[in-house]
Amino acid sequence: MRYMLLIYSEEAQPDAAPGATPEIPPAWLEYTDWLLKKGYHSAGEQLAGSSAATTVRVRDGNRLVTDGPFTETKEVLGGYYLLDCDSLDEALEAAARCPGALYGSIEVRPIIGMAMPG
Amino acid sequence: MTELDPAPQSSVERSASERPVPQPGPPSRGADTNEAVERAYRDAYGSVLATLIRFLGGDFDAAEEALADVFATALETWPRDGIPASPAAWLTTAARNRALDAIRRDRRQADKLAVLQQELAVTEVAPMHLGTEGGLEDDRLRLIFTCCHPALPLDARVALTLRTLGGLTTPEIARAFLVPEATLAQRLVRAKRKIRQAGIPYRVPRAEELPERLDSVLATLYLVFNEGYLASAGATAVRHELCTEAIRLAAIVADLLPDRPETHGLLALLLLQDSRREARLGADGSIALLEEQDRSRWDRAEIARGQEALDRGFAAAARLSHASVGRYLLQASIAAEHARTADGRSTDWRAIATLYEALSRIDPSPIIELNRAVAIAQADGPAAGLSLLDDLAARGQLDGYHLLPAARADLLRRLGRLPEAAAEYERALAICDNDAERRFLQRRLAETRS
Repeated sequence: MRYMLLIYSEEAQPDAAPGATPEIPPAWLEYTDWLLKKGYHSAGEQLAGSSAATTVRVRDGNRLVTDGPFTETKEVLGGYYLLDCDSLDEALEAAARCPGALYGSIEVRPIIGMAMPG
Repeated sequence: MTELDPAPQSSVERSASERPVPQPGPPSRGADTNEAVERAYRDAYGSVLATLIRFLGGDFDAAEEALADVFATALETWPRDGIPASPAAWLTTAARNRALDAIRRDRRQADKLAVLQQELAVTEVAPMHLGTEGGLEDDRLRLIFTCCHPALPLDARVALTLRTLGGLTTPEIARAFLVPEATLAQRLVRAKRKIRQAGIPYRVPRAEELPERLDSVLATLYLVFNEGYLASAGATAVRHELCTEAIRLAAIVADLLPDRPETHGLLALLLLQDSRREARLGADGSIALLEEQDRSRWDRAEIARGQEALDRGFAAAARLSHASVGRYLLQASIAAEHARTADGRSTDWRAIATLYEALSRIDPSPIIELNRAVAIAQADGPAAGLSLLDDLAARGQLDGYHLLPAARADLLRRLGRLPEAAAEYERALAICDNDAERRFLQRRLAETRS
């Protein structure tokens, strides 16, 4: 099964810029290595800070563009991993090892498998 | 123990709007043979279902359906032909065949892919263990850990455990928890859907996961027990079934995981608490104080079983390490201290206060401090206890918890400060919603004023 780990935390630097290449802390590098070694890792990325977020809605054919994330909460989505695991227990173990779990929260969501057309 | 013998877990369901009007009891099947059939069925249900679920690749619904069909057959044939020597083996074989028939019937309708997947699932879980004792036990553990998975909400764990392991029917569980049947049915459907969608595996946790996962199992069973034990008058008969069921399941878990001290600790705690059940309610349906209880009505056989479980737990803990004495062993030890003495006067309150202190180190909680304060009041006098309770009240963590003013009222009463005691009983009554406890508090209030 595939699982998405959504990493939520309070933002240290809300204006972490896209395109910039901040140094990845060693804990995260080690974690990603571990995911690769276990064969779980299928994708993963850090997101730019919520100050760079823009939210789009289309209502009655009108495009509404607003500044900021979808919901204003203390904890914001800061990154994700997409994993390939055998079961929820493996995904939960992976989530518990994520460095973000030490200061934020990791939401574990199964991906709905969809058949490709054709 | 406080006067009112509180249990630290609160009830699963307290929403007044969900309380249905009282319903009549289950229809009686009458005949003795049918009762014997039902008993055999109930005893075998959990382990048979556990094996079927594995056989069907984790499909709870198909397994339950097959077993229900087979039970209907058993109700016809067992009274006529006699109960099989091994009801579990009989039910497993019959239900497995029934489930395979269902898959074959489905195959004609379902598309090719589904058939292949089902075949894969069936061959993958080839029933090599079927019928062997070890296989059945592994299955039962798989089922226990799946039903009590921490990814499921607590109320769903409780319902699922009673339904699948206990073999209680949905209406029976709904009655016991005072929720409408539809609510309970919905809860079960959601739980099974989450197991499927989130990919909760049907397996026994690995050694390193075991402590956390076992906690969840024990907490679920404890909650089932408390729900029955704390039942207010009226529904007591139905709800006592929850206590019996929790004890039965705790004994199974202790049997299956004998090297885990806390499995014995929980079993001991439940047995020792349950042993006081008959003496716990006075003739008027009010709660009888521990010190007022007629100890001749305590169930000595159950106390002996509880003490044995406690000994097994401490023996297991000694084999591991000191740190493996957990909250259930400690709480059971406290209950055992009470059970040891033939009258309340010779209770070793000093030992009990020490046990509460050890407990609050593992599991810091204002409720445990409350209990410790009450034990200290017994050991060192009401004034010593009252000063601890005053500290506790000042911190405000127990605001809205009726046992704090109830305990303060009792100590004030013993110190002869009657008007203050009366005021505290009134405060307790204003926030207490258990009928039996209310009757007790009203009785005390009246005494304080007379």
